[in-house]
Amino acid sequence: MTWIFTFFQSSIGKKILMATTGILLSLFLATHLLGNLMLFGGAEMFNNYVHSLANMKPVVRFAEVILTLLFLAHIISGIRVTLENKRAKSISYKISPGPETTKLHSRSMAISGSIVFIFLVFHLQTFWYSFQNMHSADADFYDVVINSKVGYNNPLIAGFYILALLLLALHLRHGFQSAFQTFGVGDSRYKSLIETVAVFFWLVIPLGFISIPVYFGFIK
Amino acid sequence: MKITVQAWRQSSPTSAGEFVSYPVDNVSEDMSFFEMMDKLNNNLIRQGKDPISFDHDCREGICGTCGIMINGRAHGPLKGVTSCQLHMRSFKDGETLVVEPWRANSFPVIRDLVVDRSSFDRVMESGGYVSVNTGGVPDANATPILKNDVDLAFDAAACIGCGACVATCKNSSAMLFVGAKVTQYALLPQGQVERKNRVSNMVAQMDIEGFGNCTNTSACEVECPKEISVENIARLNREFLKASF
Ligand code: HEM
Ligand code: SF4
Ligand code: FES
Repeated sequence: MTWIFTFFQSSIGKKILMATTGILLSLFLATHLLGNLMLFGGAEMFNNYVHSLANMKPVVRFAEVILTLLFLAHIISGIRVTLENKRAKSISYKISPGPETTKLHSRSMAISGSIVFIFLVFHLQTFWYSFQNMHSADADFYDVVINSKVGYNNPLIAGFYILALLLLALHLRHGFQSAFQTFGVGDSRYKSLIETVAVFFWLVIPLGFISIPVYFGFIK
Repeated sequence: MKITVQAWRQSSPTSAGEFVSYPVDNVSEDMSFFEMMDKLNNNLIRQGKDPISFDHDCREGICGTCGIMINGRAHGPLKGVTSCQLHMRSFKDGETLVVEPWRANSFPVIRDLVVDRSSFDRVMESGGYVSVNTGGVPDANATPILKNDVDLAFDAAACIGCGACVATCKNSSAMLFVGAKVTQYALLPQGQVERKNRVSNMVAQMDIEGFGNCTNTSACEVECPKEISVENIARLNREFLKASF
């Protein structure tokens, strides 16, 4: 077993852990979006969807445990990697290398990730946590998500969601393709395929999520 | 041309350093950047001051000794060029050039612009070699190698170990250097015996030396004077995975 410990202590091992958890989280986002789009189908459709999830509690709970572990592993190794990297360059340049050498979204993974994390805590507290106490068969989840104080009809809340989702898009703009480079499949043969799939994950999915606060907060 | 050089001055590894500005007059556009520095140093010597130390040897872009951060660009603003191959025509009359040593904790400053890159040497010692049979030299054509592999190995072998990749990387990661070195052996028949141990040992030594973790920003590829591709980093990851499992 020591080899596995050695592996995840190595610089590349830590990145493999980040990349694996990051990709699995991206896959979760895709399924999460499919569910959320039911909001456009109206209160009845959305409530039925949440009730059907509540009816398979053990499966949902299992998924939640896995997701929590994924987030924890991703965040903890993210913090480690970031701190170690800061330590590796404790004196910075008078004129730091800038846009000629790196893209902004590649340089700001720790910042975009941290803001996504703050958003995540708020999001879980207001939606996931309040859902836990709603057991009755006619519980109106739609009302919480759309019409309550913390729902999308509040432009401040909608704006916060949009901002956080834009940062998530930036995070994935770098992160999705970066993960494949970390897995070692970054050579030119696969590059165009990875970049095409990446657009779906960094652009299409976040835009799908953003459409919800935009519609319920500002259009409707 | 008139140039102002704002150089990092530090008299020893432990002393505190500072930036000092020096005007340099009568600079010709055809001078190399180092000839301009030589001119500045001659001025300093004539004034009885310490010349600015900077590393250089071949001055033809092949030894990897030189390496200076100029206005935030490793080896200056040109692509695929070492500091010694840079000419003053790349700069404007009246420009201020901020010249700094490579900044990375694994490359401590020895004096002024000179850094200690022996961490790279220790990474090489840990695996950058091949076993050969003693005896007569084998016929060069006796071992067939795919053209594509030869090309990729040769592209990787162009790395001169200058450290610009580490210098420009916000994480001081040495993955481009190690990726190039691992690749040049992994793709050739001569490198097969130590293939797995080599990548494990070199990555372990790279970590011990305190280089940061690669976050794939690809700044290294932009600044590498030999234009080593980050595909070599992907190959390093792949080789490391294969050797670990
Ligand atoms: C749904 C949420 C998230 C997804 C889908 C996601 C996805 C990813 C992916 C795919 C990577 C690339 C891994 C690699 O380069 O090998 C990554 C890297 C990273 N993530 Fe996340 N992430 C999420 C949330 C977070 C959060 C909440 C944090 C921090 C608190 C965070 C911090 C980081 C850091 C520091 C990196 C490494 C930087 C780098 O490799 O350039 N992420 N993420
Ligand atoms: S990979 Fe390029 S930048 Fe890095 S040491 Fe080799 S030649 Fe220099
Ligand atoms: S002095 Fe040899 S590469 Fe610049």
